[in-house]
Amino acid sequence: MSPHVHSGDSVSKNMRWVIIAMLPAMLWSFYAFGLGAVIVTATSVASCVFFEWAINKFILKNDQCTLCDYSAVVTGILLAFNLPANLPLYIIIIGALFAIGVVKMTFGGLGCNLFNPALAARVFLLISFPVKMTMFPEVGQMTAYADAVTAATPMANLAKTDLLPLFLGNVGGSLGEVSALCLLIGLVILLVTRTITWHIPVSILATVLVLTGLLNIAYPVEVATPWHHLFGGGLMLGAVFMATDYVTSPMTAKGQLIYGFCIGFLTVAIRVFGAYPEGMSFAILIMNAFVPLINNACKPQRFAKEVKK
Amino acid sequence: MNTILVAVMVLGATALVLAGVLFVVSKKFAVKEDPRVGQVAEVLPQANCGGCGFPGCAGFADACVKAGSLDGLLCPVGGQAVMTQVAEILGLSAGAAEPKVAVVRCNGTCEHRPRTVVYDGAVSCKIAHATGCGETGCAYGCLGCGDCVKACQFDAIRMNPETGLPEVDADKCTACGACVKACPRMIIELRNKGRNGRRMVVLCVNKDKGALTRKACEVGCIGCSKCQKVCPFEAITIANNLAYIDYEKCKLCRKCEDECPQHSIVAVNFPVRKPKPAPEAEAPKAAEAPKATEAPEATQKS
Amino acid sequence: MKTFRIGGVHPAENKLSAGKKIEPMALPKQAVFPLSQHIGAPAVACVAKGDMVKVGTKIADAGGFVSAAIFSSVSGKVAKIDSIIDASGYRKPAIFIDVIGDEWEEIIDRSEELVTECALEPAEIVAKIKDAGIVGMGGACFPTHVKLTPPPGSKAECVIINAVECEPYLTADHQLMLEKPEQILVGVSLLMKAVNVTKGYIGIENNKPDAIALMKEKAAKYPNIEIVPLKVQYPQGGEKQLIDAVIGRQVPNPPAIPIAVGAVVQNVGTAYAVYEAVIKNKPLFERVVTVTGKALANPSNLLTRMGTPMSMLIEAAGGMPENTGKIIGGGPMMGKALLNAEVPICKGSSGVLLMTEEESVRGKEQNCIRCAKCVGACPMGLEPYLLAKLGEYSDWERAENEDIMTCIECGCCTFTCPSNRPLLDWIRLAKNTVGGIIRERNMKK
Repeated sequence: MSPHVHSGDSVSKNMRWVIIAMLPAMLWSFYAFGLGAVIVTATSVASCVFFEWAINKFILKNDQCTLCDYSAVVTGILLAFNLPANLPLYIIIIGALFAIGVVKMTFGGLGCNLFNPALAARVFLLISFPVKMTMFPEVGQMTAYADAVTAATPMANLAKTDLLPLFLGNVGGSLGEVSALCLLIGLVILLVTRTITWHIPVSILATVLVLTGLLNIAYPVEVATPWHHLFGGGLMLGAVFMATDYVTSPMTAKGQLIYGFCIGFLTVAIRVFGAYPEGMSFAILIMNAFVPLINNACKPQRFAKEVKK
Repeated sequence: MNTILVAVMVLGATALVLAGVLFVVSKKFAVKEDPRVGQVAEVLPQANCGGCGFPGCAGFADACVKAGSLDGLLCPVGGQAVMTQVAEILGLSAGAAEPKVAVVRCNGTCEHRPRTVVYDGAVSCKIAHATGCGETGCAYGCLGCGDCVKACQFDAIRMNPETGLPEVDADKCTACGACVKACPRMIIELRNKGRNGRRMVVLCVNKDKGALTRKACEVGCIGCSKCQKVCPFEAITIANNLAYIDYEKCKLCRKCEDECPQHSIVAVNFPVRKPKPAPEAEAPKAAEAPKATEAPEATQKS
Repeated sequence: MKTFRIGGVHPAENKLSAGKKIEPMALPKQAVFPLSQHIGAPAVACVAKGDMVKVGTKIADAGGFVSAAIFSSVSGKVAKIDSIIDASGYRKPAIFIDVIGDEWEEIIDRSEELVTECALEPAEIVAKIKDAGIVGMGGACFPTHVKLTPPPGSKAECVIINAVECEPYLTADHQLMLEKPEQILVGVSLLMKAVNVTKGYIGIENNKPDAIALMKEKAAKYPNIEIVPLKVQYPQGGEKQLIDAVIGRQVPNPPAIPIAVGAVVQNVGTAYAVYEAVIKNKPLFERVVTVTGKALANPSNLLTRMGTPMSMLIEAAGGMPENTGKIIGGGPMMGKALLNAEVPICKGSSGVLLMTEEESVRGKEQNCIRCAKCVGACPMGLEPYLLAKLGEYSDWERAENEDIMTCIECGCCTFTCPSNRPLLDWIRLAKNTVGGIIRERNMKK
């Protein structure tokens, strides 16, 4: 059956690029949070991979090895990126079980899930363990894990934080979200290797920039500058790695732009007007639910559409 | 106290209004339906297999009610029992029907019919059929991608990895005909189950000329018409280089089986023959016969 | 650089036989002519067993308006009319001719002399093309005279010659342009005359700079013919994509045909065949075929008589490599895998491609990860992932609403799918089924 040649592209290749793109942020988190970051990342990845393997083997009785596509590794790293570096092990394992077992495998595994597994797990943990999930250790405690000194995330007091450390990642926060710079490097890797297209990240970042810019002009005291919003919290992480997840994002360029805009809008709405200082995860999850609708509404530009009535 | 009262009153009023809306809507948009349709649908098996030729059990119930008589209407899953019940509800008489079973008319196992090329398209007989004559030289035989297996709602048909052919479990098969429709080569046929499940079948649908058939498959029917000549009941017809046994006329004498030079004619569910001569065995022996699966029968034949 | 606007991919070009001179093939012992070599009604044999034929003798008449006559490529005796497995994978009726000598019909002008003048009227040109059994030689094999007869009410504005050869591996058209540029240009002007237009374009992908330069130089004498270099992009050779790339118009969905935007598209090989038929009275019985493959000793471009079995071409190109996994008639993107090497060369056989065993293994199918790469690659702006799913679940109605009938089966979706899903297989199934449903519906009306 034609075609008889293939581009050589594969799921695992794409996933490998995602992992490579996540490396800068991961290494930064090791540097910033030391041992704690390593433990959290290792636990998260190991338990995600284990649950994927175990569920496939014992519950679904599927002989196909779905581990080789690295998607569980990606989920594991993404989950770790969303956790503070001093989180107890059992919480991480619960998170991994929720991500893989509930969000991913119950829907049929890779490609069938409605929500981003790592993100859904983060929100699950945030609601289940609100205190532990929002106590972020301070930067620079190389050997600390459970005993790390904690501080509140700069998100709680965004307007008063300095911009440069926020950009570089010298602030408290979840593992992966602190360094906007490293995440931007990741974005460039993803774009250059054509793993993702520019539509989603750019539309999210642009929307946030414009909206917070307007709000900042209107209420200069209450609302932080757009740059604070861009580089602070999980926005960059979400825009680069979470919202661009293949499975849970729309298929067409037009749909992706709408999706990105809505995420940006919801994030700003939650951050500025909502009860939580951080709105990225909720915004993405809400929009995940709308993806099938967006897919139905936004068809690609058909050939010769303008001629058709 | 006051707050509780207000809450109760507000919610109560809302409930009343909504109940009113529901009432109006249910009256106004009610679909008029013959109550017997529901009754008939209730006795149907609700397998929604479409074997009766109607879209699901509801469709069949509707057709039963609208039709004047039940002739030609049969729920293959529920069989005679269900049809009698349907007839009772409608005050009609049910037609009698012989129980049937799906029969895969191809015996091109890996052994009999060597694979000459490899098909690497999507796993679907329909697609394989459109691509070419398949992995063997036979342009009529089973493609082995299992469209019939996917179509079966009763788990009555399975692929045998050794033969590469589907096998029908006669106990589970309801003769709904879903597999017959699914097969792009029309290999599967619904045939009468026969006494004790015994059947004589030509396990081949190849219409090529003899020489070509023989090249592609060791057990393909070459249309030599020897069976036709030997059959005392005129149950066998030859058309397009292919023999066909009419199950209505066949008396299971097994003469054609011995005559067939290609061993395309296979006796199913008969007791294993003693070396020779083989008298028709008594009834108890029939129970010892292997299960009602066609393909292995053929290969086991001595 | 011009190209078409939506989708497209760029497979590795692998033009192994580029620059290889066109060599004439030896005659086969027996030539086989399947009666369905084109789209439309099969031809009807007009010779019987035992008849003697010459090179260029008509052996089968056109079976209708959308059909084409078939001519013998050899001289000899009709051995039998039987069936042979052709490119469709099934046995189809064919005429077998035992070759005796090489005697040509006298009417064919075998001189190499270039004739540029032609005094024939447009209708006469079309009639001559029809009488020569010419069909589109790019692979689709649509009878050429049908394309040159615009339906009433439509008017052609330009002729576009497809010389992009966007399929990887194939070089037959490329080499033909290098060796017969003037003949092709005469053929193009004949086609323009036949449909009564004053503008002709020849679209060539810029991975063939030598052909572009040569054609530009020769075309200087023909002010109405423009050589259009195009950016390398598959499937630029698709009719609709080519029209979009060259004149920037998009042909509406079926049942509209290219004439709706004033374009008549012909393959460069067809233009050459038209030249030979009209000027030299030579019906279509031979063509340039690329024989190629990574493991093949000597990939080449061979001038082959129709009816020659592919195995002979493979022998001529160095013999069948041991690790051959697939024999493909045509290019790797749209060609068909053949059941054996005895399939004869037909009017539309642009190439024979041998793929090694490793190359022919399809990757393991995985779940769709909804990466939308197929959506980006589809040159028709469809959603292949969705259409394939609809095909799998037999939802024909929705498939029709999702414009499945506009699919051109170029294979970009399957090519690009990271999960190795056989998208096009399912889409083809759905397209065929939906096509049948639509035909049935139209019949009822």
